[in-house]
Amino acid sequence: MSKEIVVVKDLKKWFDTDEGIVRAVDDISFTINEGETFGLVGESGSGKSTTAYTLMGIYTPTAGEISYKGMDISMGIKQRPLSLKKEMQMVFQDPGSSLNPKRSIEQIIELPLQVHGIAKDERRKRVIELLQMVELPEDYLDRQPTKIGGGEKQMVAIARALATNPTFVTLDEPTSALDVSMQAKIINKLIEFQETLDLSYLFITHNLSLMRNVATRVGIMYLGKLCEVAPTGTFFSKPLHPYTKMLLSSIPVITREEEAVKPDKVVSMGEIPSPVNVPSGCYFHPRCNECTERCKREDPPMVEVEPGHFVKCHTLSE
Amino acid sequence: MNTELMKERWRRNWYKFSRNPLSILGLAVVLAIILIAIFADFFAPYPEHAFVFVDFKNAKRPPCWQYLCGTDMAGRDILSRIFFGFRYSLVMAVSVLSVATPPGVLLGLVAGYMRDTWVDIAIMRVADVFLSVPSMVLALAVCSMLEPTLYNAMLAVTVMWWPWYTRLVYGAASSIKNEYFVQAAEVTGASTFHILFGEIFPNCLSTIFTKMTLDVGWVILIGSTLSFVGLGAQPPTPDLGTMVSDGSKYIPAQWWISLFPALFIVVIILGFNLLGDGVRDMLAGD
Amino acid sequence: MMSEMIVDIRDLYVNFNIYEGVTRVLNGVNFRVAKGEKVGLIGEAGCGKTTTVKSIMKILQMPPAEVMGGEIYLEGLDVLKMSQRDLQMMRRKTVSMIFQDPTAALNPVFKVGDQIGDIIKYNQLALGNKISKEEIHEKTVQVLKEVQMPDPERLMNSYPIQLSGGMRQRISIAMALVSATNLLIADEPGTNLDVTIQDQVLRLLGDLVEDRGTSIILISHALGAVKGLVDRVYVMYAGSMVEAANTEDLFSDPLHPYTKALFKAVPKLTGGGIPMGIPGRIPNYLSPPTGCRFNPRCSHAKPECRENAPPFYQVGDGHEVACYLYGGQ
Repeated sequence: MSKEIVVVKDLKKWFDTDEGIVRAVDDISFTINEGETFGLVGESGSGKSTTAYTLMGIYTPTAGEISYKGMDISMGIKQRPLSLKKEMQMVFQDPGSSLNPKRSIEQIIELPLQVHGIAKDERRKRVIELLQMVELPEDYLDRQPTKIGGGEKQMVAIARALATNPTFVTLDEPTSALDVSMQAKIINKLIEFQETLDLSYLFITHNLSLMRNVATRVGIMYLGKLCEVAPTGTFFSKPLHPYTKMLLSSIPVITREEEAVKPDKVVSMGEIPSPVNVPSGCYFHPRCNECTERCKREDPPMVEVEPGHFVKCHTLSE
Repeated sequence: MNTELMKERWRRNWYKFSRNPLSILGLAVVLAIILIAIFADFFAPYPEHAFVFVDFKNAKRPPCWQYLCGTDMAGRDILSRIFFGFRYSLVMAVSVLSVATPPGVLLGLVAGYMRDTWVDIAIMRVADVFLSVPSMVLALAVCSMLEPTLYNAMLAVTVMWWPWYTRLVYGAASSIKNEYFVQAAEVTGASTFHILFGEIFPNCLSTIFTKMTLDVGWVILIGSTLSFVGLGAQPPTPDLGTMVSDGSKYIPAQWWISLFPALFIVVIILGFNLLGDGVRDMLAGD
Repeated sequence: MMSEMIVDIRDLYVNFNIYEGVTRVLNGVNFRVAKGEKVGLIGEAGCGKTTTVKSIMKILQMPPAEVMGGEIYLEGLDVLKMSQRDLQMMRRKTVSMIFQDPTAALNPVFKVGDQIGDIIKYNQLALGNKISKEEIHEKTVQVLKEVQMPDPERLMNSYPIQLSGGMRQRISIAMALVSATNLLIADEPGTNLDVTIQDQVLRLLGDLVEDRGTSIILISHALGAVKGLVDRVYVMYAGSMVEAANTEDLFSDPLHPYTKALFKAVPKLTGGGIPMGIPGRIPNYLSPPTGCRFNPRCSHAKPECRENAPPFYQVGDGHEVACYLYGGQ
């Protein structure tokens, strides 16, 4: 088995709000192996982005541990050593907001190099090299982000994330704001970089069809908890958790072959409850059509039904 | 930044600014006022009338071709005094804003970025205290404690002016702080100094400039009000507020002594407000 | 063709006048919707989908927009020649629109019930009926039940902010339904919602339209969402329609090079990686390519493609495609 690069153990991130405590991430554990793409899917409010932000240190964990290459990093961004920030980078969801509109593209890509102490004349060379890597022309250096297209902005954001030669990159919905043809281009670039630069990815998206094509392993989140974790092939061919099935059967697809792989139609019902007022027992029980009395009382444990395939559901733990 | 892009940006700015004819009017008024203020000696028909000058023979003359706005009780040409008054008004506005804005902006930036920490609470509560005292009352208090001079009036206005900028920038900074580009800078390990001045500050500039332009008019109004009640510039300084105040004793018979300085206060404020709207249109969006 | 057309757009050209110059956005749009038909309109961001449907209701901001040519018939009447009053009546009783972002479409300071009630009132006024408060209330409750909202009485007294995204979108569907007797335009109704919620909303929309025999135009860039709901699909690229066909035909046998490339770029649930996207990018509308606007990105481009825009060629039953590749058939 390959080496683990990130280990998350019993991670909790709660927010204290006016309405009460929001359990955005509630006791989740997973590992990311070197060179793989670990996909995290879930609907809005499932806590997938909070997980990524906590991993990157933008939020400080409420409880639990995060380690990177064996080093404990369960602290906020300000306390993390500078050398770590060189290795862990992030690409954000909205390319419109992830690039400062008042800075030129050169200044934007240059920033990580500047922070990590690269000399000025070398910086410019590296910025041009990075632009070439993401296939943008050199005369973009002086442009403002507001003057280029959405896909190109995301390419700039990727160039910035790669500037310091990181080993681990979190991709938070990198293509959800873009059209499919642009999405295809960006995803292919990301896959190419993973191979040539030896990167490990944490890939976050709500798009399961996309996940099918990029992830090595997939974890699915619902209301701050992981419901099912499995290698991508197994996850899509043999989904076990009722929520996974519901989600998979709701995806709109365009070809007959895809129709064939979808599980039998599970009519989706209900909405995600408010994370302030979570249901008792298994969080999913009010929307689940296999719900039993036991599900309303106890929260099921995560069990390994076959090697590498973890499911959190009472129907499988008997 | 290469010059071609720079030129292009100015062209675009001018296009947005000039969409509203009132903005151009505002710009014209403001430019005229600034020019007149700088070259008051040249524009004024009787520059020697600005300060101490007495010509009782021509006192209280109504507007005529010789004295376009009439003369005051000492026989001084009112238009000349108004032109010199512009100089004091502008000096007042520029010095108050250039002193009040930097600390106001700095405190707002820091408080906004450190939102929900004790730094934020300390800064914003102090600002709230200043804002909760009616500005005029605060200025009157400062002026009546100190000697009534133009400088003390400026000091008083400055003291009450900075919290407006703190609050303005605080609002902008605390929302910009949540933008992904700030988080990207944090993830990469950029210093707090860089985040404050390299990332957040440039995005606040347009709001700050807009407010400054609009504020010029208000500072002048407050300065004139202080002078009007006798706590600002003292005679014979040709200050618009003082002139209105001096002339008010002769209303309604010699209405022009008060009316023309008052009218020009209105023109100044209107000019800067129209210009401010234009600046806002110009810097909006992008 | 089949029955009467409710929407018939012929050769529509729309420009936008902006600082940089004139953008020629709509470039000869031909678009028809028959009575009771469910039509999908797909294409990437910025291809002119929203501009097209906004021009049907004549709610484009003019200026900067300017209609340069063409005709828009709605139930046989030319929208471009309608008086302001007729337009208002048309919006009140014939057409309604569901927007992409339900949060922006609902006024945050009024109660949901009042907002629906107002629409009922104006719709009835346009039809020349007087309606009492009780009747409005009754109708509101009824329509909320139709969109499967639990506890309509309580809901009518809540503000949009108190509802979830899915509920808000159902409210805006309800608002569209109370007045849309003939045509419903849904601009990306599920895009901002989660898949399970989107699934529910689209199913509901489909059922309601079916029951009432309303025509619907469903705009989306999510191709799968369109597939499940409509009878016929138009594919739009850079300001004109490139292909139109029955849903089944289009998805099983796309013809236009753009449609093919677009379908290929969609990530498939069957896996197997993602093929390269379409080379190049959407043209700049300030100086769009001459002829077929797809020619710079098309691997089949011939000299004639650069000279004249291809007309719609009939290929099989109701399958039309604007491409010279199919000109000889």
